[in-house]
Amino acid sequence: MVLKFLTRTRHAQRFGWTDALSYAYLVIGLFTLFAPVLWLLMSSFKTEAAIGEFPPTFLPYTQRTVHIDNYPQPLPLFNVTTEQGVVKPMAQVSRIGIMATMVDPAKPQETLQVNIQQRQPVRELSFATRNYTELFDKFAFGKYLFNSVFITVVATVLTLLFNSMAAFALSKYKFTGQKTVFLLIIATLMIPPTIVLVPIFLVINSVGLLNSLWGVILPAVATPTGVFLLRQYMLTIPDELLEAARMDHASEWRIYWRIVLPLSAPALAVLAIFSVMWRWNDFLLPLIVLSKSEFFTLQLALNSFQGELNTQWHYLLAMTVITLLPITLVFAFLQRYITTGIASAGVK
Amino acid sequence: MSTLELHAVTKSFGATHVIQHIDLNVRHGEFMVFVGPSGCGKSTLLRMIAGLEDTTSGDILIDNHVVNTVSAADRGCAMVFQSYALYPHMSVHANMAFGLENMGMRKDLIHEKVTATAKLLRLDNLLDRRPTQLSGGQRQRVAIGRAIVREPKIFLFDEPLSNLDAELRVSMRSELRELHHRLGATMIYVTHDQVEAMTLADRIVVLRQGQIEQVGSPQELYERPANTFVAGFIGSPRMNFIPISSLSGMPAHPFVPTPNTQTLGIRPEHFVLCAPHEGLTVTVTNTEYMGSQTLVQATLQDGTKIEALLQDTTPPALHQTLSLKTSATHIHSFDANGQAIGNHA
Amino acid sequence: MRFLAFFFNLFEPLFRLSQKWLGQSRLAWLFVAPNLLVFGVFTFLPIVINVLYATSAGVALMPSERPYSGLENFEILFECRDYFDFQSCRKDVFWRAIGNTLKFSTIQVTLMVFFSLLTALVLNRKIIGRGFWRGVFFYPVLLSPVVVALIWKWLLQSQGVFNAVLISANQAPIDWLTDRHWAFFWTLFVSIWAHMGFYTLILLAGLQAIPKDVYEAALMDKASPWRTLTHITLPLLMPNLIVVLVLAMIRAVQVFDEVFVLTGGGPGSATTFIVQFIYQTGFAEQIHLYGLAAAASLALAVGLIMLTLLQLKLTRAKDAGQKVR
Repeated sequence: MVLKFLTRTRHAQRFGWTDALSYAYLVIGLFTLFAPVLWLLMSSFKTEAAIGEFPPTFLPYTQRTVHIDNYPQPLPLFNVTTEQGVVKPMAQVSRIGIMATMVDPAKPQETLQVNIQQRQPVRELSFATRNYTELFDKFAFGKYLFNSVFITVVATVLTLLFNSMAAFALSKYKFTGQKTVFLLIIATLMIPPTIVLVPIFLVINSVGLLNSLWGVILPAVATPTGVFLLRQYMLTIPDELLEAARMDHASEWRIYWRIVLPLSAPALAVLAIFSVMWRWNDFLLPLIVLSKSEFFTLQLALNSFQGELNTQWHYLLAMTVITLLPITLVFAFLQRYITTGIASAGVK
Repeated sequence: MSTLELHAVTKSFGATHVIQHIDLNVRHGEFMVFVGPSGCGKSTLLRMIAGLEDTTSGDILIDNHVVNTVSAADRGCAMVFQSYALYPHMSVHANMAFGLENMGMRKDLIHEKVTATAKLLRLDNLLDRRPTQLSGGQRQRVAIGRAIVREPKIFLFDEPLSNLDAELRVSMRSELRELHHRLGATMIYVTHDQVEAMTLADRIVVLRQGQIEQVGSPQELYERPANTFVAGFIGSPRMNFIPISSLSGMPAHPFVPTPNTQTLGIRPEHFVLCAPHEGLTVTVTNTEYMGSQTLVQATLQDGTKIEALLQDTTPPALHQTLSLKTSATHIHSFDANGQAIGNHA
Repeated sequence: MRFLAFFFNLFEPLFRLSQKWLGQSRLAWLFVAPNLLVFGVFTFLPIVINVLYATSAGVALMPSERPYSGLENFEILFECRDYFDFQSCRKDVFWRAIGNTLKFSTIQVTLMVFFSLLTALVLNRKIIGRGFWRGVFFYPVLLSPVVVALIWKWLLQSQGVFNAVLISANQAPIDWLTDRHWAFFWTLFVSIWAHMGFYTLILLAGLQAIPKDVYEAALMDKASPWRTLTHITLPLLMPNLIVVLVLAMIRAVQVFDEVFVLTGGGPGSATTFIVQFIYQTGFAEQIHLYGLAAAASLALAVGLIMLTLLQLKLTRAKDAGQKVR
């Protein structure tokens, strides 16, 4: 009753409990969907030691170290609670069991025995970017990155080219067998690679493309979704434009290249984004085709790394972050294209 | 008893003032039409009465109760939308029954009311059809039926005939009039078409840019427009507006202007042919022969355009000189601000 | 740009010449050719070959070296004393995989469509920054399945965050990925987490296609928010919902990538699904049993074809229903 009075306005609509619930749902969704990724990001900056720590912290910390005279190596710093209750920063020289030999930086000559219960590590925020840089030295990470990029770029270019040519033919021409071709393309929607794994392997092997990047590129190039998308769009290009061009003695190739293709730019952009997404994230087919590690894509490398018994998480996490970075950038800048592309494709 | 009152109602969307200051009383059982050019705020005003938009300031009273904070569902109004807004997935019967179901009425009672209304609107053999299977006119009747069946205090119509073709519009107009006579309910009707307004209304509210220009019966608006806007908006073909200056060098009678007059207004249908010294001398620029009437477009000596709707005459030739006169009762005087001066007849 | 012009100029004479020979309409074939070629070699041919594999025995890769075996592979797969007891089957892993896949698909699709619908309904309201929220829910769709699996593997490992939270609440840590039931749960959760945004988008588009004045009419008809939802929104959204259901089903049946990295199919075969079975049989085991894998593929294909045909039929019905509007 009071609430109703308080929220009463000139207006019939109020900020009701359903609105509050909605925002709460959205915030929970935000947390559920982003917190894991953030956790990954933060963990990837932790040193190997920090990673092994349990319970883990959110932010990457390392323990502060300090140089003390007479000691060649930097010593880890702790906050020690003395018997008097005073908290003093002290450096640890060594530790045996529950007793630690510690040194007051102000009085480097004296050593003290301190129970480990009485000391807390002094930590500071530190981003172990080494995890990232060492990837390139210790592992053939550069190669994996190159493989992924190569496959993605080349496959996308070919996809755009082949699909647009086919869409052009299917939308702007009437030729015998057109319906059959179109039906065949629809039929391929029913044939995902998962059910032709063995024969695809055979075919790729037979043309000698096993353990070659092209063995992953070529099968992926003729996407039925791509042809669909482009065809739908090209149907909206007025035929009069082509007829005018023909009367100007333009060859069909010229019409395709100079008129239809540029006019299809928005649809091409959507397909390009999809293709980048699909090829970058491809897993099953590369898994079968590429068995030699020098041809691994980032996805395959990630998979083979995590299978080891002693997983080097600090490197694995850094690699994971790098792998998701390009797609995140694409998303950040081109989100509108993606969401409208899917919405319209889904409605069909 | 369903009366509607608007007291100092305004509406702004941010910095844009769509409705400036509206005071209005609608009596019980009245057919009130809001008319005006697009963007004048008539639809907004209707939606505010319905409760689909809220008021920025001012009060709306239905049956003497302030309804500003009452939700649209509880105001007791029913609305016929411009696009009909029928539920596409429901049959005609279900469309009309939905509102009654929401009120918890018994199924048999609902069925009774729906079939009665359907009969009234000649929809009884269409009750099982879906909206997609109906013609435009049929859909409109379903939309009206949906409103009737709820027995609302006030009916609200938002340009319901604008999506129909011309012939259908004319027949639907008379159907609406019949409906109003039969139901005797208070109806508020929005349109941009002044012919609809004139033929349907008990009273008309002429709106422009969020303000009321004049409220009155069709006859009042036609015979005694309050300003040049109303005078020019109501009546087709449009009233002629002649600046006083154009009359210099013409015989004075019967065009004696009252003091402060800047513009004279004469409707084309009120001109008759006369002898050369008895009226205005004009030169014909165009004629449109329509059988019983001829629309003559001509110019005065100084180039001011005049239109005259002449009855049962042979169309004059181009560039012919004519003399036109009218009676004093049909001359409207407007001052420098476009306001009407005095009353004629 | 110059490179593109070069590319263009390269092909133009070829096409001009072909145009002279073939005439304009047959030239279309030239345009479709590259795509068709790739389809043919990498999609249609493999289907035919799949049948060859399925009906042959032996371990050779080349079909010519494989002896014909008729329906033997299918017999091996489908032979069971009691169809409800997987242990009694000759290839019990196959049946386990099918059972897991069916269980997974039905639960995952139901939950995912439910949450997608809920999210779409929330996003359809007047909220501030809708584009931002839409992006939030859609983001995981873009991540590669391997990345998704690793993110969650990191969270779920025995020394990971989840267990840390449990310990701080004085609970015992759980073997999230090595306990049969939890592992299955997480395959469901992770795949819903990763794919929900996609369906949310489709359903949101469907919701926004409902004209606003229908809602206003419902409001004037005194419909409560609940009745508006159940009698107006959901019925009008039904065509989209059904399409989404079938689409999700088709994808769910083919689940592989994220599960493979997350659990590897384990523990045991608790999270082994049909595609992983095919992969294992044909490529990962010591002996590559191509014939068996091909037979299993064909079994899967039959199921998929039925689902896709259903989807096409429903899409056509939906379009027909909308066209008259």
